[in-house]
Amino acid sequence: MRERYLKTKMRELEYPFDPEWMRKKKRKIKKQLLEELPKGAITKKIAILGGSTFDEVRDMLELFLLNYGIVPSFYSSEYNSFYEDGMFDNPELIEFAPDLIYIHTSFKNIDALPMPNDSGDTVQEKYESVINKFKGLWEHLLSKYSCPVIQNNFDYPFYRLLGNNDAVLIQGRVRFVRALNHEFADFALQHENFFINDINYQQAVYGIDKWSDPLYWNMYKYALAVPAIPAFSYNLASIIKAIYGRNKKALSLDLDNTLWGGVIGDDGPDNIEIGMETPTGQIYAEFQTYLKELMSMGVLLTVNSKNDESVAREGFERPDSVLKKDDFIGFKANWEPKDRNLAGVAQDINLTTDSFVFVDDNPAEREIVKTSLTGTAVPDIGNAEDYIRTLDRAAYFEVVRLSQDDLDRNAMYLANAKRQESEVQFKDYGEYLDSLLMEAEIKPFSSVYYSRIAQLTNKSNQFNLTTKRMSQSDIERIAEDDGYITLYGKLKDRFGDNGVVSVAYGKVCGDVLDIEMWLMSCRVLKRDMEKAMMDELIRICLLRGIHTLRGHYYPTAKNGMVKDFFAERGFEKVDEDEAGNTLWERKISFDEMAESRYIKVNP
Amino acid sequence: MTRKEVFEKLNDIFRDVFDDDTIEVNEDTTAADIDEWDSLMHITLIGTVEDEFDIKFAMKDIVGMKNVGAMADRILELI
Repeated sequence: MRERYLKTKMRELEYPFDPEWMRKKKRKIKKQLLEELPKGAITKKIAILGGSTFDEVRDMLELFLLNYGIVPSFYSSEYNSFYEDGMFDNPELIEFAPDLIYIHTSFKNIDALPMPNDSGDTVQEKYESVINKFKGLWEHLLSKYSCPVIQNNFDYPFYRLLGNNDAVLIQGRVRFVRALNHEFADFALQHENFFINDINYQQAVYGIDKWSDPLYWNMYKYALAVPAIPAFSYNLASIIKAIYGRNKKALSLDLDNTLWGGVIGDDGPDNIEIGMETPTGQIYAEFQTYLKELMSMGVLLTVNSKNDESVAREGFERPDSVLKKDDFIGFKANWEPKDRNLAGVAQDINLTTDSFVFVDDNPAEREIVKTSLTGTAVPDIGNAEDYIRTLDRAAYFEVVRLSQDDLDRNAMYLANAKRQESEVQFKDYGEYLDSLLMEAEIKPFSSVYYSRIAQLTNKSNQFNLTTKRMSQSDIERIAEDDGYITLYGKLKDRFGDNGVVSVAYGKVCGDVLDIEMWLMSCRVLKRDMEKAMMDELIRICLLRGIHTLRGHYYPTAKNGMVKDFFAERGFEKVDEDEAGNTLWERKISFDEMAESRYIKVNP
Repeated sequence: MTRKEVFEKLNDIFRDVFDDDTIEVNEDTTAADIDEWDSLMHITLIGTVEDEFDIKFAMKDIVGMKNVGAMADRILELI
């Protein structure tokens, strides 16, 4: 029975996974994941600095990361030497040159715990000694390695000396842990490359008694119960995949018995269950509210339902429906197969199908989407009262930064839809572009946009010439290096501001600029933004005495749309290797004509 | 469940955990007999045995079991 899982894998590493099966089969699973690595997999060096045994944490983390297309190699600190290794620059760690550092500490690593007979001053001293030790370590790691650092906050103690007052009195350890966790969070707020793994919440989800079973500490020096580790590592992996831009972006939602109770085509809009009148109606209203909340942080909602469209719309016209028709960026209510509908919506809004989570109460529909769209997440969503928990724990939309861009995303897509409507009114495409009154800001990387620029390098797959993934610290390094010419492009028009949508940079080699990165968000395709970027790049290069541009195109499964990008910009192909990687060159002089005609640059 | 059935199930578990279909466990099998049976695998093994038999060993059981025979004895007491 369980052997069957291996053949249809690795859906089984998606939430809700079977932790027992994972632990038992971890070797087999790893072998299979390595054999079936998706195209576009990335490799990352992850240093784990541990305050307790973490072998199982690492092994489970590896499986989940592989399943996200991230191939990790690990540096593992010696037992409980997280501080020494991190603080005093173990040469092996320096040589390893981590892309990411994870500090696996827990309540067991609090060196100085308050005692009931401590004075307030003593407790304060203990508190400061703990927090200063950690802050010192973090500051050192952030400056020495310039890479993302993930730090566990603290789990609660498994017994309470002072009972309920453990959370109240200065000497209470529950209170002590809460204060430390608060200050850990503050540090994360102030440092963009520093992230908290909220094990305090994880422990609560799992249950303190089970999580803190002393057997595992005393037998093996594990800070948490070994059976809890798959869930623990899943949560950790979700932060890492989010840092590397592998979050989902959109939901494809069924309607009947998914967004409301009942079948609208049979029962009629007046009789579906939604709203505060019945328990079932409340469950669905709560779920719609949750979706509306996801929308507010930039997740895109789309409908994918077997219904007549006019009937389906009526469900959202009810006054007690939390979601309204306009909340959906795509609305497919028809009798087409759902995998085809999902692919159609994806194309309409320029996303790939693997950016979607498909939510449907019907297992048969889920099976169709699972089979035909391999990258799309298709959770076994459970009963109506489980929907929120399933989506939440699965961490498809794990937030590592909440950029303005995320918050504005839905408005931007809606504006896009309006643009498409107005496009229809023009005979000539140039006339349409003119009507948009586009203005671009095209300038060297500036610190306010580092996080957005890094995010774009990790998220853009289609209009991306070299698909080079960069962390925020990589971006910062290049921005501050005179040997590089960097540009970001922001585009706005009469329908709204698209934010930063294009990134390019090149390395100066004498009078040649070697263009290492060129990407653009697909939401501004066919707006001539790439032409405006190239015009500006040429202008800056000439001012710096550069007379040749050299470009690279590295083909991937997703970036076929830009294979002729350099040819279209007047470059000549000078080399091509067996893998199809191409090298292009173009001479530039002050006689160049600007290519872009519809965008005002840096007005 | 008979002692023989417990052994058959244990044998399957060992083969799964060590990913090796040639393993045959008997009364006297210990960690020394299986190359990859280190402390990390031991934890996985104990956990899987607990899951598959739906039992929970006490710490004194884990510390006290000297070979697979002793493990089978304890399993028979707990199921």
